[in-house]
Amino acid sequence: MAHRSLKRLVWSGIVALFAAIPTAPASAEPPEKLVLCLACHGASGTSELENIPSLGAQRPMYVLTQLFLFREGMRVTQPMNDMAKPLTDDDLREIGDFIAALPKPKPPADTPDPVRMARGQALSREHRCSFCHKADLSGQEAAPHVANQREDYLLQTLRAYKSGARRGYDATMAEALQPLDDAAIVELAYYLSHYR
Amino acid sequence: MMKHARSLLSLGLLGGLALAPFAAVAQPAPAAPATAPPAAAAAPTPTWKQGMAPENDVTAKIAPVFQPPLPAAADKLPTARLKLPPGFNIEVYASGIANARSLRIDDNGIVYVSSRTVGKVYAIVEKDGKRVVKTIASGMHMPNGIALHNGTLYIAEVERISKIENVAAHLDDPPKPVVIYSDLPSDEPHGWKFLAVGPDNKLYFNIGAPCNICMPPPTHAQLRRIGLDGTGAEVIAHGTRQVVGMDFHPVSHTLYFSENQRDWLSEDSPQDKLNRLVNPGKDHFGYPFCHGGDMLDPQFGWGHTCDEFVKPVAQVGPHTAPLGLRFYTGKMFPPAYGNAIFMARHGSWNKSQKIGGDVVVVNLNPDGSFKSMEPFITGFIVDNNYIGRPVDMAWMKDGSMLLSDDYNGAVYRITYGPQKP
Repeated sequence: MAHRSLKRLVWSGIVALFAAIPTAPASAEPPEKLVLCLACHGASGTSELENIPSLGAQRPMYVLTQLFLFREGMRVTQPMNDMAKPLTDDDLREIGDFIAALPKPKPPADTPDPVRMARGQALSREHRCSFCHKADLSGQEAAPHVANQREDYLLQTLRAYKSGARRGYDATMAEALQPLDDAAIVELAYYLSHYR
Repeated sequence: MMKHARSLLSLGLLGGLALAPFAAVAQPAPAAPATAPPAAAAAPTPTWKQGMAPENDVTAKIAPVFQPPLPAAADKLPTARLKLPPGFNIEVYASGIANARSLRIDDNGIVYVSSRTVGKVYAIVEKDGKRVVKTIASGMHMPNGIALHNGTLYIAEVERISKIENVAAHLDDPPKPVVIYSDLPSDEPHGWKFLAVGPDNKLYFNIGAPCNICMPPPTHAQLRRIGLDGTGAEVIAHGTRQVVGMDFHPVSHTLYFSENQRDWLSEDSPQDKLNRLVNPGKDHFGYPFCHGGDMLDPQFGWGHTCDEFVKPVAQVGPHTAPLGLRFYTGKMFPPAYGNAIFMARHGSWNKSQKIGGDVVVVNLNPDGSFKSMEPFITGFIVDNNYIGRPVDMAWMKDGSMLLSDDYNGAVYRITYGPQKP
């Protein structure tokens, strides 16, 4: 009797969890090794955690490249370095392809301030963001999908590229950010995160 | 269902563990600025910025070309599609060398290969008729520059130069490189270096401009040399935007170097350059005032003329990105190639129809001036896309050429004469 109610309790817990946690598309159940990734980055493609990037619809080559940098210790952010350490080259490809199939991150709920959006768009044009990240900011090759990325993560990342705290795979972002001041970076992060 | 349950349990358990470290380092979310930053106000395009390339289908064709971090498989390499003059052959020497960049060969035929984006330095050794690629350094910061002298390997990263003595004896258990010089800026844009040992037994290297176009600080946009122990640093060339290839003339010992010019001005200018250094310490090559030897910068050129600066030996094409250059001193190639410059043009990115992506031969007059330039290896651009990108060359003892390709992560060997059956 006790055994049965315990069992029922466990199952109801799991069902509740299942209902509470947004899941990946039905067609693609995450491989075992990805469950842990999605616990922080969001199984729905949208991260709910401060400074943790959303990965939905991310470019597979960007994911592969960043995991490569984590694995090689060239981008230092724990626990990513430890998590990437055992990954093989094939793992990097497989994870990149799976992540790319997650739904796009959701835009923030607040209505974008049109003045700030116009300012951000002007900066984006002036500094040619779309040349690599595309006009809809969905990225291409190793240039990441940045539309509706978390604003805190974007701000932290742009500042880190600008200061050299985050080493790039190549120097493209450091060079692109060289003429921008911090006020401009704040506006760009707002614009990218609120992109519609 | 079992699988689901296990996944969910591990998600809950491990997710909780994984979150713990973040709680400690989480930073407050950014607040919107209290006042609108005036610099970023939405305004009509300033006059000086008009004429900028538009956002349309052209834009994707003039963005930087991505270099994959994983090397191409050996059977996917493009040697069969490359074209060489009659009598020359090209074969894969070694593959699986991610982002292969600068090449150096020691007296025993060990080939050292640097990388830029993947932070590694490799050695290719022949053992029992088989070639093995060993990683001898990793986690370095764009270790593009390598040079050999008396068995010591010198490695130039963005902010330091270090050495591994008697490197050939330590390929399986390489020690941590010993830093000999670190008075260097840490900027990543054009922070990667080419490294060469001169006839004066000094190390020569570049410090590029920390931007596409800007007024560089006095520490940047120059060539320097230092003693092999890292002392006695001196600036030997000024106004060089970025230099990723240099060699010394076999007879005159004059330093020749390639130089990459600024982006985002136009499709067909400025011209990238082949330079020579005649007056070490005095010569200024123009950046940021004059590009290509004949084009004043629209922003920094006011009040200047290009005649104030040292003219290039040759203009080698807009956006072509000349990198490695080496004088031919071997005996295998026909005598006409003796002391000619072989130069690898990495190929353009900031141009809608790609050009470069080849190896050219530059012939000089007896006085060291430019005589002619002709293609040597072509075919790296197919349908306006790269199938490989040449970077640097080195000569094997028999006079054959090794050529690196960072796009595919491979090294090719070029020979002349009938191939052995």
